[in-house]
Order: sequence, then C-alpha cells, then structure tokens
Amino acid sequence: MQSPIRRYHSMSLARKDELIGYLFVAPQMLGFFVFVLGPILAIFLFSTQERNLLTGVVNPVELANFEYMLQSDRLFPKVLANSLIFTSGLVPLNIVLALILAMLLTRKLRGMIFFRTLFFAPVVTSAVAWAIVWRFLLQGDQGINQLLSGIGIDGPNWLREPGWAMASVIVTRVLKTVGLNMIIFMSAIQNLPREYDEAASVDGANFSQIFFRITLPQLAPTILVVLVLTVIGSLQVFDHILLMTNGGPANATAVLIYYIWFQAFKVFDIGYASALAVVLFVIVLTATIIQWALRRRFIYNEQ
Amino acid sequence: MNSSVYSAPMTGNTTTHSEQLSLFIFKNGNKLLLYLLLTALSIPFIFPFWWMFTSAFKPPNDIFAYPLTLLPQNWRLENFVEVFTFQPFARHYFNSLYIATLVTLGTLVISSLSGYAFARIRFRGSNMMFLLLLSALMMPTEVTIVPNYSLMQTLRLTDTHIPLIILPILGANGIVASFLMRQYFLGIPLELEEAGFLDGLSRWGIFWRIALPVAKPALVAVTILSFLYSWNSFLEPLVFINNNDLYTLPLALRSITDEYGQSLWNIQLAATALTVVPVLIIYAVAQRHVVESFALSGTKG
Repeated sequence: MQSPIRRYHSMSLARKDELIGYLFVAPQMLGFFVFVLGPILAIFLFSTQERNLLTGVVNPVELANFEYMLQSDRLFPKVLANSLIFTSGLVPLNIVLALILAMLLTRKLRGMIFFRTLFFAPVVTSAVAWAIVWRFLLQGDQGINQLLSGIGIDGPNWLREPGWAMASVIVTRVLKTVGLNMIIFMSAIQNLPREYDEAASVDGANFSQIFFRITLPQLAPTILVVLVLTVIGSLQVFDHILLMTNGGPANATAVLIYYIWFQAFKVFDIGYASALAVVLFVIVLTATIIQWALRRRFIYNEQ
Repeated sequence: MNSSVYSAPMTGNTTTHSEQLSLFIFKNGNKLLLYLLLTALSIPFIFPFWWMFTSAFKPPNDIFAYPLTLLPQNWRLENFVEVFTFQPFARHYFNSLYIATLVTLGTLVISSLSGYAFARIRFRGSNMMFLLLLSALMMPTEVTIVPNYSLMQTLRLTDTHIPLIILPILGANGIVASFLMRQYFLGIPLELEEAGFLDGLSRWGIFWRIALPVAKPALVAVTILSFLYSWNSFLEPLVFINNNDLYTLPLALRSITDEYGQSLWNIQLAATALTVVPVLIIYAVAQRHVVESFALSGTKG
C-alpha cells in the first residue's frame, strides 16, 4: 500500500497538474453543488410537496401547488402582470436614459468624469438606503410634492395610489441602477471606430443623423446584451420594493420575487413558494439562454 | 454651412469674421447647453443624498417643515447619539464590517484558485464544470433562498452569521468573481508562466509568484464587488437573522421605527447617512477602480 504522498511523487507531471486543477476548483465546485445546484434541484422537489416552514410538515402532493397557482390563486396572475409591468417599464427607461447619458458623457470635455461619478453614485449605495430616502421624498405632501407645489402642480400620493406606486418604484429603481448600463455603453462608444462619424460629419450629416445611422447600429450588439441582462436584473428587484411599498398598495407592486418571499417567510408555505421559484427559474433560464445566443452571435463584442 | 459640434474644420477664406464668431458662440453655447443639461439630469441622482445628509441633522419636526429647507435651520447632533442608543448600532456596524471582510477574503481565495485552474490547468471535466458555473451566473439568490434556508435550519445555522458569510462566497457573488478571475488569467501572456516552469517552479509556485501578482487589477475588482455585495445585501440577513444583536446594517436601518411601525425619520436618516458615507468616501477616492470593477461584472437591475 503506497502512501498518498509517495503516490503523488511517482505521478507524471501532467497527472500532477490535473490533480492540482481539481484541488484548485474543489472549494468552488463543492460550494456550488451544495448551495446553488442542490437548492435549484430542491425547489423542483419542494414544489411537489405540501411543506411548512414552521411545523416541518412534509406531504407529497404531486402537482397540486401548480394547479393551485394556475386555477385558484387570485394573486398569482396579478403578481405575474405586476412583474411584466415592472420589467417593461424599467428596461426601456433604463436603457434609453443610459444611452443618452453615455452619449453626453463621452464628449471629450472637461468635467465629464465628475458627472460620471455623480450618475454612478447610487449604484454603490445600498438599495435599502436609497429606498428609505425615496420613501420619505414620495410620501404625502412631503419632498417631491412640496417641490411640485412650488411650481403649481398638485402631486399625487405617490406610494399610496396603485398606478403611481408602480411608476415610483420603477423610476427610483432606474435612478439607482442606470449608472451601470451607462458605463457599459460609455466603454462601448469609446471603442467604436471614429472614422465613420468623422467622414459623415465632413459630408454634412447632423448629430441625430450620425447617431441614428452610424452610432446606434454599431452599438446594437451591446444594446441587445445589456437589454437581456437588464431584464434578468429587473426580475431580481426585491429589497427596493419591500422597503418602498412592501408590495402595496393593494398588492399593486407585489412582483414575483416579492411573492416568493411572502409565501415562504410570511405564510410559511415553502412548498408553494418553491413552485413560484420554479416559475422564476424558468423565466431567468430562458433569458440567460437568449443572452448566450446573442453573445455567441456577436462574439467580437467580448474582448 | 452646417454648424453642429461635429462640423468639419472651417476653411479660412470662405467665412467672414462674424460668421466665425457666431460659430464660436454657437459651439460654446452648445457646450454650455450640455453642462446645463447634465446638471439638470443629475438633480434626481444627487438630491436624495443631499436630503439624507441634511435631514440627518434636523430635529424631527423640521424634517416635515414647510417649505422644504435646503440646510438645517436648527442643527440637532443628538440624532447621531440616538442612533446608538435606540438599538446596538455600533454592534450592527461591527457585524456588517466583519462579515463583509470575511466574505471578501473568502471570495478572493476561492475565486482566484478556481479562476486560475479554469484558465490555465488542463483537467478532465473542466469545461463541463465551468459551463455549469456559467449557467448559474444569472440565477437570482432568491430562487435558491428557500432550500438554503431549510438546509441552514437543519444544520442549526439560522440566526447565526455563518449563512451570511458562506452563501456570498460560494453563491452568486463568488461565481461572478471566479468568472472575472478566469477572464483576467486568460489575458496574461503564457510565456510569463513558461519562464517560471523553466526556472523549476511548481504549479503552485507559478500561481502564487507569477500569475497572482500580475492579476492585481482583477483582485481589486473582486475585493470591491464582494465587499459592497455583502455590505449592501438585504435578503439573506432578512431571512436568516432574527436576533437584533446579530443584525447587519441594512436590517438595522429598516428597524428604526416606533411601536406602530412608523419610521423615526431623523434617527433613521442619521443612521442611513452613517452607513452610506464611508462607501461614498471610498468611492470618491477610488472611483476609477470602482467604476471599472462594475463595468467588468456586467449589469443587474
């Protein structure tokens, strides 16, 4: 019987290297199996069970959770619709604003770094802090409504009226994260070849012609990838909503991820929460696959 | 004659002086317009910070004063004292600090090892394993939080800091970090390491003495991203922690309310300012590194 150490010394160099490779990735992969892949498989199992967080009751119920979701749960269609509204409001706003800011800030002028620093500051700030401040600014006749009344506008009670609450959550979230897409667009714009727009401006093209005919098509691959990433990111917005509206008023801002948390840790129905998590998993997976396909298609974008 | 900022250089003899002058003014007017536009656009990004910092010094009633005052009329420093007497805020601060530090250190170790192996070492199944990791890169922590909670409950680790340390290192944050490290190691010229081989260095020696020092920018990025991830994280503490002594800062901020659940605004905002200021200072000092780190990691939300 050889000792492991002696066995290691008698190995070929390539075999040793292979062993070291396994050792190097072992902590990451073990952690991945236990805390990521395992739990992903577990939500599929849990979703076929009646499972209570407090009592520990576990009963197999096959597809009853999904039947309840699709047939009896009044809230589920609303939550899905809310997620759809949230995402389709946030994504275009975020991307258009990020593009505008990136176009403005990539001029070779003094002070652009300063403005970049300002627009990016909310990205490093915690969502909790951001939400706490905006919750104050948007309540009743405080903050924003005081400013609005100064110019003669009678603002709504932003966070207490369903439509306005959703709009408020979307806009303040865009303000929090738009800096991220902005810097991605900025580096994409700075990497564009300059010859085209110089030639075009010599030919007398104006700014909007240059932007729509030359810059935008060249940015298309970046925009597509950022688009899908922003969609995925928008499905993960939890803390922001919990702190600003707590899903209300009248569940108007209860999105899928909020509902998962609510079912699991307020109702303690982790079987049903897992069924909801399966839905989220499928949506995110689909978006991820789309994103891969886009990246493969525009591989030159990946430096 | 076209006079946008993109206009071609003027040819001297076809323009009069006044034309050149008006062009000059227009160009500078354009610049001024750009600065005005950027200033206007930056207001909704800056105003919340301004409001947070000034309100932190106001007495409770002044926060609701009409009209809104841009600077505190009566400075009230007791707000900051009450932050610490309302609940054990210093302890919460320490909790957040040490958890974020451990998360950062753990992520650095694990992601540099695996990132290096995936970039440089040939072993069977490496592509398969990396693909598996990649597929989870985008998975929200929220998808796996329920089974992870059950797991921690079984291991009797709920209401401890262990899940708050382990999950970011091995979950989403750690996977992004490994991905970043791998990308960076792939960009290092192979010759550098081959020279090490010829000098008789072992694989570990090459990793430790050659590859890792060169990868400093990636290590800086992982440090910044991991620390902020942990410092700002909310869902995990919310789910795993019950005991007020074990709170991290985001939970502590949320709990500054009266018995009816209404925010004690002056204290809450003073506390919020105390958690935001250090981050903003570091950001202001190292803004290039911070921005680049986020640019590397892609985007969320």
